[in-house]
Amino acid sequence: MIRIKAAGKTFRTGGRITVALSPVDLEIGNGEFVSLIGPSGCGKSTLLNMIAGIVPVSAGAIEHDARPIAGPNTQAGYMTQQDSLLPWRTASENIALPLVIRGVPKSAIVARVSQMLALVGLHNFGGHYPAELSGGMRKRVALAQCLAYNPGTLLLDEPFGALDAQLKLLMQAELMRIWESDRKTIVFVTHDLTEAITLSDRVVVFSSRPGRIKEIRRIDLPRPRDPLKIQFDAGFRELHQSLWDALAPEIELARNEALA
Amino acid sequence: MNLPTKEAAGALIGPEGAEALAAGRAGDAHFGLAIRAGQVGIGALLLLVWHVVSGRWIDPFFISSPDAVAIKLWTWTADGTLWNAFTYTFKAMMLGFVIGSLAGFATGFVLGRSDLLARLFDPYITALYCMPKIALAPLLILWFGIGIESKVAMSALIVFFLVFLNTFSGVRDVNPLYLHVTGIMGASSLQQLRLVIFPSAAAWVLTGLKVSVPYALIGAVVGELISSNRGIGFLIGQASGLFDTAGVFAGLAVLAATGIILNAGLKKLETRLLRWRGQR
Ligand SMILES: Nc1ncnc2c1ncn2[C@@H]1O[C@H](COP(=O)(O)OP(=O)(O)OP(=O)(O)O)[C@@H](O)[C@H]1O
Ligand SMILES: [Mg+2]
Repeated sequence: MIRIKAAGKTFRTGGRITVALSPVDLEIGNGEFVSLIGPSGCGKSTLLNMIAGIVPVSAGAIEHDARPIAGPNTQAGYMTQQDSLLPWRTASENIALPLVIRGVPKSAIVARVSQMLALVGLHNFGGHYPAELSGGMRKRVALAQCLAYNPGTLLLDEPFGALDAQLKLLMQAELMRIWESDRKTIVFVTHDLTEAITLSDRVVVFSSRPGRIKEIRRIDLPRPRDPLKIQFDAGFRELHQSLWDALAPEIELARNEALA
Repeated sequence: MNLPTKEAAGALIGPEGAEALAAGRAGDAHFGLAIRAGQVGIGALLLLVWHVVSGRWIDPFFISSPDAVAIKLWTWTADGTLWNAFTYTFKAMMLGFVIGSLAGFATGFVLGRSDLLARLFDPYITALYCMPKIALAPLLILWFGIGIESKVAMSALIVFFLVFLNTFSGVRDVNPLYLHVTGIMGASSLQQLRLVIFPSAAAWVLTGLKVSVPYALIGAVVGELISSNRGIGFLIGQASGLFDTAGVFAGLAVLAATGIILNAGLKKLETRLLRWRGQR
């Protein structure tokens, strides 16, 4: 259980003050799949960084399984928005990294890595360095790395943003399959409302910067869901319409502010 | 590095792509050969100009001539002078290089990891950095005598700074995101050192080592020029005292050749170790 209690973030850099996130309250249950959606710059990544323990909160507190977060949160796997693969390690060596850190025996690592490479459809690219992979391939390696050591909680920041539509659907189906069999807690940031509704138990809509929670919507569509077919479901379309009504004005606001 | 075969490449990029790739690689090889030929050509042209000018327009007393230098090199090789001098200089240079780079690496690493020490020592490092190290040569001879020790010291001192600064920058330059994500994966500080900080700093350290090789050579030779009775620097100094221009040029040629060979070796090592940077 992740408990976010009035957690907010203000950045102060060189005399400039940016309120990245107004204090937000949110509880994410064990095994729950929650998506965060909102206009660019509203503080979604900042919130994930705070849950991951790599950015300290400037107000409020965050607890993971009743323990306050202070320092790197080793209970979570975090796929960051920026590339975090180590450039001097091949795709395989990157996927192996968390296992190496945990002291998993070598033979087990080899088996697990090839399983993960197959999962993200990159079995031919294990020996490639990140600089030799496309942006979408790097994202898939990062996802494989996150899944490799099987953490109970996954923090995923736009994991499928760089993929083409077809691959995206495949990866969504794969992620749902993993989630349904392992019941991980997943916090998923996306700009894609269809994706958020397809995958989640709850969708959290953020306002434009400084972000606050504008709306939380439970998605009661039956599971298992087929990412391709679900979009034509009447209940899905209704949810999409009403969430879009909440989201669109915020995106407009953020855009106007950027232009001003 | 083993290049993928045409067949293996074909599996990934299709037959036309593989053809183009193979053609491109052959083209690269041809191009490399042409460059090498051009480099040799430029050298030959310079020698020719030197040969023509010397004696015709300029007195060989000032600029000697290619044949005189070649003869000098041959006599030095034949009577063992060259080998003696070269091993002496090379030994001083290598010792200075190893001592200087180890000390520079250790110091750069410690200061790079500690904000407190880095800030405390900052003005002193800048002060020492601004100082022309060559100016210390007479002092080093006073301290270490005219034997090999003072040459090693000179060379080590110059190398120390180059490697120190590069290591320091390399350790500071580590992307904090890499430390964060490995921290979340549960890495200890020691593991982060081994898995993130060392490999990340490696590129910087290698650059430091590469640029310091010629300086190590210069350091040793400067020591010999000022006071010594052995080494290439001594040969150059002695020849110039006797107005033996051919001898001076012969000594310089040996130094140049040593520099070129060492640099080529380090470049190879660098490409091997930094293969992950991909093709640029
Ligand atoms: N380290 C930092 N220093 C200063 N400001 C920051 C820092 N990190 C983020 N910000 C600011 O905080 C705000 C929120 O950033 P954040 O990355 O959380 O947005 P986001 O919702 O993830 O946006 P996007 O959808 O574009 O990824 C932005 O205005 C950004 O400029
Ligand atoms: Mg973001």
